[in-house]
Amino acid sequence: MAKVTELLKNRFFSGKKVNRTVSYLLVIFGYVLMIILMKAGMLTSHFTSLLVPLTSYIVIAIALNLTVGFSGELSLGHAGFMGVGAFSAVIISGLLLPYVPNTTLRLIIAMLGAALVSSLFGAIIGIPVLKLEGDYLAIVTLAFNQIIKTIINSIYLGYDNNGIQISFVKNKLNLGEGAVTILKGPIGANGIKRISTFTAGFILILITLLVVYNLIYSRKGRDIMACRDNRIAAESVGINVTNIKLEAFVISAALAGCAGALYGLNYSTLTPAKFDYNLSIMILVYVVLGGLGNIAGTIISTVILYILPEQLRFLQDYRMIIYAVVLIGIMLLTNNSWFKVQYYKISKRIRKKMREKKGAAA
Amino acid sequence: MTFLQFLITGLSLGSVYAIIALGYTMVYGIAKMLNFAHGDIIMVGAYIAYFAMGKYNLPSFVAVMASVLVCTLLGVVVERLAYKPLRKVSSLSVLITAIGVSYFLQNGAQLLWSSAPKMFTSIIPADTIKLFDGQLTVTYLSIFTIVVTLLIMVGLTLFVTRSKIGKAMRACAEDKDTARLMGINVDTTISITFAIGSGLAAVAAALYASAYQSISPTLGSMPGIKAFTAAVLGGIGSMPGAFLGGLLLGVIETLVKGYLTTQLSDAFVFGILIIILLVKPSGLLGKRYVEKV
Repeated sequence: MAKVTELLKNRFFSGKKVNRTVSYLLVIFGYVLMIILMKAGMLTSHFTSLLVPLTSYIVIAIALNLTVGFSGELSLGHAGFMGVGAFSAVIISGLLLPYVPNTTLRLIIAMLGAALVSSLFGAIIGIPVLKLEGDYLAIVTLAFNQIIKTIINSIYLGYDNNGIQISFVKNKLNLGEGAVTILKGPIGANGIKRISTFTAGFILILITLLVVYNLIYSRKGRDIMACRDNRIAAESVGINVTNIKLEAFVISAALAGCAGALYGLNYSTLTPAKFDYNLSIMILVYVVLGGLGNIAGTIISTVILYILPEQLRFLQDYRMIIYAVVLIGIMLLTNNSWFKVQYYKISKRIRKKMREKKGAAA
Repeated sequence: MTFLQFLITGLSLGSVYAIIALGYTMVYGIAKMLNFAHGDIIMVGAYIAYFAMGKYNLPSFVAVMASVLVCTLLGVVVERLAYKPLRKVSSLSVLITAIGVSYFLQNGAQLLWSSAPKMFTSIIPADTIKLFDGQLTVTYLSIFTIVVTLLIMVGLTLFVTRSKIGKAMRACAEDKDTARLMGINVDTTISITFAIGSGLAAVAAALYASAYQSISPTLGSMPGIKAFTAAVLGGIGSMPGAFLGGLLLGVIETLVKGYLTTQLSDAFVFGILIIILLVKPSGLLGKRYVEKV
């Protein structure tokens, strides 16, 4: 038994990888808790409806943390990838509807397709964008986000018995027998078959954690962080900065696409306007408040910041004002030097006590 | 002739972008922050002008001046309360704070003035001049907008290059610590920059609202983003760059809308930004610093 605890301690609760353990435990605990509460009938239907979007936001927040926190690139355009993923998934799911009746299988195929398409977009956008730095990169990702939104806004897509038809800007679809229109330009998609489930979201989070943690704890992950900390030094030790940054960006985009697929297939109607820069900014807020490069923190902050405003609906018009004040307040407090000093003192005292305890035990 | 027509419309739209972009670029130059709340200051300016004209029946010039005054104060208060304590920390924290301020202003406006759009009466009589036997129609408003922008640009350039405060602003933009050693009050200088930027936003608000004749709490976000794009296009931190970027953006947007497509105009505008940044990574007139090891 002692051996087991020793192993657990060394393997999961020591050093820097403790963040990984905390993340997995948080997600699994949260999932089990929600399922129990749901089975016990203790959740309102409004709260239950928030669960799938929440899982989707957690996934995209982790993906964005990979870009902003680990790779050090301020992206203001991740909602664009989410939008690409969402609409690719809606199209794939819509086209496969007659052929793949099993919803789980269709969801998986749609998600893989979404990941593929959005990673493609990630590569197309990443190659030019990652040459830029700092605020210029931020504005260009924002610009790409708006471009993607505008383009999705002007796609019309549908199919009939003779095949698929697609048109841009103007609705020129001329559908015959068995016609189904999937995308209707600015109106977006409606009549989507809702196949996303909370369990699917949970599994997607686990996969995301697996991918991201394995990446950042590998040699490649250390390369990514080296490029973030000092580009020139990283280059001088033989790291191909552009490739490494692009790789991280594409993975992040693919995960964002999966999040989008989950999100898109959870609603019966979906408009492209949803995926504009405001959504990117909202997710960036989750990431920054959770802590750059801190995935467990990202999960916690996403849960709190997404659920809190939704549960404050009784405050009606005041709730977003409160949200804004809380946001400014947190930023001012966490960067306040007096608080920082106090925090440092407390953590120092705790560490000292722990060391004494260890010494006494030995 | 239609080309000339589009060009004038584009120049007048671009002038509004240029005024807003000047505010962005000045603040960025000195405080090195992306002021996401700038667009919402425009919105507040539009509402103040609306109430001053509609409720208190002030003449439009006085109304705009009142709006400039309120926005200047607002800009300084926001800077002092929200941005000043964060001057030494990472720029991302400041960005999030600016987003918080933006949320605050937008939702505050929604609470105070409701989210329903309001009719804004133009500050300039809605007459037009017909040229070339009526082939070319130019509104007074667009002439007025272009003239005001030129005056602002000239005035601001003189202010920044000739006055003592302007010199202090340039010194702070270059190196805050050295500026402080030279006896410049950096905090006051940054506050003045925010005051000027916000005052300009109020002027832009009156012109923009006069052109679209409708105001709502989300009015600021689109011109804000476009002007931000314009500032980056011209090279953020550079005043002539912001002016050029604004005009260029306005003309391109109008021409695309006129000749090609309305629906995809945003894609073209942002696409051009991307292409220009790929060719000149620091914008049209921006300075490029080479990183030394």
